[in-house]
Amino acid sequence: MNALAPARLTLGPLLYHWSAQQRRDFYLRIADEAPIDTVYLGEVVCSKREPTFAPHRTAVIDRLRAAGKEVIVSTLALVTTQRERETIAELIAGGLMVEANDVACVQLLAGRPHVVGPYINVFNEGARDFLVGRGAVRIVLPVEMPAKSIGIVAAGDARVEFEVQAFGRQPLSVAMRCYHARAHGRTKDHCQLVCGLDSNGLTANTIDGTEILTINGTQTLTHGHVVLLAELGALRRAGVRHFRLSPQDLDMVRVAALYRDVLDGREEALAAVETLRPLTGNVPFVNGFLHGREGLAWT
Amino acid sequence: MSPRYLELVCPAGTPAALRAAVDAGADSVYCGFRDCTNARNYPGLNFDVDELREGIAYAHARDCKVLVAINTFPPAGGAGPWQRAVDQAAAAGADAVILADIGVLDYATRRHPGLRRHLSVQASAANAPSIAFYRENFDVKRVVLPRVLSVEEVAELIEEIGMETEVFAFGSVGPMSEGRCFLSSYLTGLSPTSEGACAPASHVTYTEQDGRMLSKLGGTTLNCFARGEPAAYPTPCKGRYVTNGRASYLFEEPIGLNAISILPELKHAGVTALKIEGRQRSRAYVTQVVTTFRQALDALACGAAAPVPAAELKGETEGGRETRGAYHRGWR
Repeated sequence: MNALAPARLTLGPLLYHWSAQQRRDFYLRIADEAPIDTVYLGEVVCSKREPTFAPHRTAVIDRLRAAGKEVIVSTLALVTTQRERETIAELIAGGLMVEANDVACVQLLAGRPHVVGPYINVFNEGARDFLVGRGAVRIVLPVEMPAKSIGIVAAGDARVEFEVQAFGRQPLSVAMRCYHARAHGRTKDHCQLVCGLDSNGLTANTIDGTEILTINGTQTLTHGHVVLLAELGALRRAGVRHFRLSPQDLDMVRVAALYRDVLDGREEALAAVETLRPLTGNVPFVNGFLHGREGLAWT
Repeated sequence: MSPRYLELVCPAGTPAALRAAVDAGADSVYCGFRDCTNARNYPGLNFDVDELREGIAYAHARDCKVLVAINTFPPAGGAGPWQRAVDQAAAAGADAVILADIGVLDYATRRHPGLRRHLSVQASAANAPSIAFYRENFDVKRVVLPRVLSVEEVAELIEEIGMETEVFAFGSVGPMSEGRCFLSSYLTGLSPTSEGACAPASHVTYTEQDGRMLSKLGGTTLNCFARGEPAAYPTPCKGRYVTNGRASYLFEEPIGLNAISILPELKHAGVTALKIEGRQRSRAYVTQVVTTFRQALDALACGAAAPVPAAELKGETEGGRETRGAYHRGWR
């Protein structure tokens, strides 16, 4: 492993709708305490949430950067309105590295260096090469991708780095319709940001009582947390350099420390999995997609 | 023959369905090869090369175009079948290919610059900059719009992009952004995006329990319904889930899309073509739906103004009920 560039931990964009205060406190603690190299900041799910955090945004970015962390601005996964396009253009103009999550953002970036987020389908070398030619310097691979495919796509291209989500609920779909509002009998236009009630999303059970999905506004996530700890070494050797921890309302500083310890060889992966369990309550772990199985499987 | 009102693009899941659609008055039919290169990779469906060639001859002899859907996403190291499908569609004389993957689009653009390219709904291009990306890079001539837009949004988009669009007129209501939905593979391990089958039949089971039917996908229960109660095919987005203690169709009701009553609105919005969904449906379905839309379009082309009644299609929609989808309510 010595020949490999050091593995880096990233904190993915916050997908849930937390209050401005909770967001601020969360990121300031990350800045001060978490062994995280890169923080993705920005709204991916719903543009109606964007004003909530706006007053604290600059201060949080400054604090994260002062703590030595790279800050990348994440953008919407499904862009529809003119206002949303303008927001993305403003974020691009802001000068920070941007994570594009809709092809619209790639177009608006017009060749500038950027990160391709996990909501843009890069399943093969053809898509990779084309997007690298258009300025992609890092690609966050789709959650559905199995290890075998990751090994092929992430192999041998010095122009681009790869990132894989290693912790947290995996995004499964985005939609125009807001299911959080729908579950509360409201329309999207009159949602009153009801998604803010559920800091870890709204659990959807099957009718026979199995917890299966997590609703987060217009987004649907897995119920289980993906946990890639035993797989970190193989992923590094396959060419993945960045490992994404997706924020959940739990002790993310502790989670980050655990992943760092495993990456640095201070902790055994299987022991770390057991350490992780009490931190995540009763939520099951999943890793099926990486192993080429149904996503909800745990191998 | 009266001037064309809107191009009628019809499903051809099999050679027989292709002939049925052509005979019923399709302006174009779309079909795919019998493998994972198209998004309806179900047993018993689709075409081999010879069938495609024969289908194209049949259609062209009757002034009907053939569009070949190669609209899934190749896995890493496995683009061969997709590239071959593009080559074969070109060699067979297809009028266009319908593509979604950036790598496949790039290949088709370089290898077959003269082969017309349409952007599949699987590319999820719901806004002008996305569409501009595909047009500038791959000279895409037509975009199939995601069925998540209202008529007003469709009109605004067409005004801005100024290119051909195709919209869904009849079929299912797809609430998710298509081409990037991993719900089915989360439950089954088989990917709609790369293997072309959402809720594959091999993973669907129905069992009877206390006089009610239980539908499952993989090991996951998606619905429980009484005999005679409308129920959709068990894709994950048509299942019943419990949130906050209440069971509901969280994503979408078992209901079909039917836009026949708003054809003048779609025409006014600048739409070029109407897509009828249903490559997995029967030949009788194809004949019924295509005939009905053909009559409606011909009447409108001759100046009929009144909205067209849709009663004859009720039996063909999912769950036996119909909606105008996002076109009017816009999901806002």
